[in-house]
Amino acid sequence: MEWLSYSTPLLQGAWVTVQLTVYSTILGAIAAFAFGIGKVSRNWLIKGVSICFIEVFRGTSLLVQLFWLYFALPVLGQQIGIDLRLPPVVAGTLALGLNIGAYGAEVVRGAIQAVPPAQYEAAKALDFTPRQTLWRIALPQAIPEMMPSFGNLAVQNLKDTALVSLISLGDMAFRAEQIRNFTQDSVGVYTLLLFMYFGMALVLTAIMKLLERSIGRWRAGRA
Amino acid sequence: MLFGIEWDTANNWVFAVSILPILLKGLVVTIQATVVGFFVAAVLGLILAALKASRLRIISWPARFVTEFLRDTPLLVQVFFLYYVLPEYGIVLPAFLTGALALGVQYSAYMSEVYRAGIESVPLGQTEAARALDLSPLRQFSVIIIPQAIPRIIPAMGNYLVSIMKDVPVLSVVSILEMLNVAKIIGDRTFNYLIPLSMVGGLYLVLTLVASAIVRLVDRRLPKQGIPLR
Repeated sequence: MEWLSYSTPLLQGAWVTVQLTVYSTILGAIAAFAFGIGKVSRNWLIKGVSICFIEVFRGTSLLVQLFWLYFALPVLGQQIGIDLRLPPVVAGTLALGLNIGAYGAEVVRGAIQAVPPAQYEAAKALDFTPRQTLWRIALPQAIPEMMPSFGNLAVQNLKDTALVSLISLGDMAFRAEQIRNFTQDSVGVYTLLLFMYFGMALVLTAIMKLLERSIGRWRAGRA
Repeated sequence: MLFGIEWDTANNWVFAVSILPILLKGLVVTIQATVVGFFVAAVLGLILAALKASRLRIISWPARFVTEFLRDTPLLVQVFFLYYVLPEYGIVLPAFLTGALALGVQYSAYMSEVYRAGIESVPLGQTEAARALDLSPLRQFSVIIIPQAIPRIIPAMGNYLVSIMKDVPVLSVVSILEMLNVAKIIGDRTFNYLIPLSMVGGLYLVLTLVASAIVRLVDRRLPKQGIPLR
């Protein structure tokens, strides 16, 4: 079986894919909450910045963002005299995280706005500060609603990591491409690769489902 | 020089103006790939949705597996797979068609869910009423269910059209000269990636904002009670 000989380099690539997925999903979650909450802010500056961020990263293609960070940013740095060359890992994580974060921000905004208005009125009647209303009233009810969408976005992010192979980062897709060039066994390599991504997506879906259940529980516990 | 059009690198502004026509040629390819990919996705998605709705598990389960598989694997790998594997079975397609086919295959999985959700969103009482009026199953489906499902399906399909457009740059890996690939080539030759890549970003932003506005407009104009097929 020549399939077995592929497994060592492919597994090395798989580890890079896993790391990239984890880091960019964490970055994405931070961006999602920051800009999603920012978009419902009453401060027009925060709101404007959040809307611009979301529109730019949702409105352009991920590959364009990745190439921009990796190829165009150094040129911009050169023209203004700052060294802005990013290593491929940083450019990849940034592009993936910010892109998925913009999609996540819309989810966060939607969930916060879906909290019944009576909850906000009650918070106001009880003289909660806006910060308390956000942290103690809105988010605990909104986060369980976000979880199913976050699950989909995490799988989306895993799939998107394949694009970093185009800026010569040695992830699973990159390794597969190398093996194919070496062995010319396209059918074997790409079939194996497709099933490896599928397997990883199933595991990720299961993890997100577990997370969803444990978070769903803390709302029920306090009600 | 690309597509027979020269560029002028005197300064950033002149450069930007001189490469705009080249990028617009790439944009045309991007839109062509979007349209072909969308069409393939719409047709394949309908087939997948029909198979998944089958009462025979031997038909519906494989169709569900295929949908899940297509949704959970990266477009990039699917493009490579079709590009390198199809010729081994004697199917040699031009790169453009292979790429558009891959786009269609990936999005057919999403489209099949759009059809399913659209049909399931029609209240059950409608089917029951149609049955009470003794309409044949075919007429139940074609004059009662489908006309009410269409206003729910079209906006969702529009959103996927925009998504497909944003995924077209992935096809550059099989050397299709869409907009991003064109910008990358200009960058490779002039060492100025900043201007072409930023322009592609800007053009994409305009394109998606316009497309999303059209989708919203269509959504608002669609009669919510249904569209008769005739």
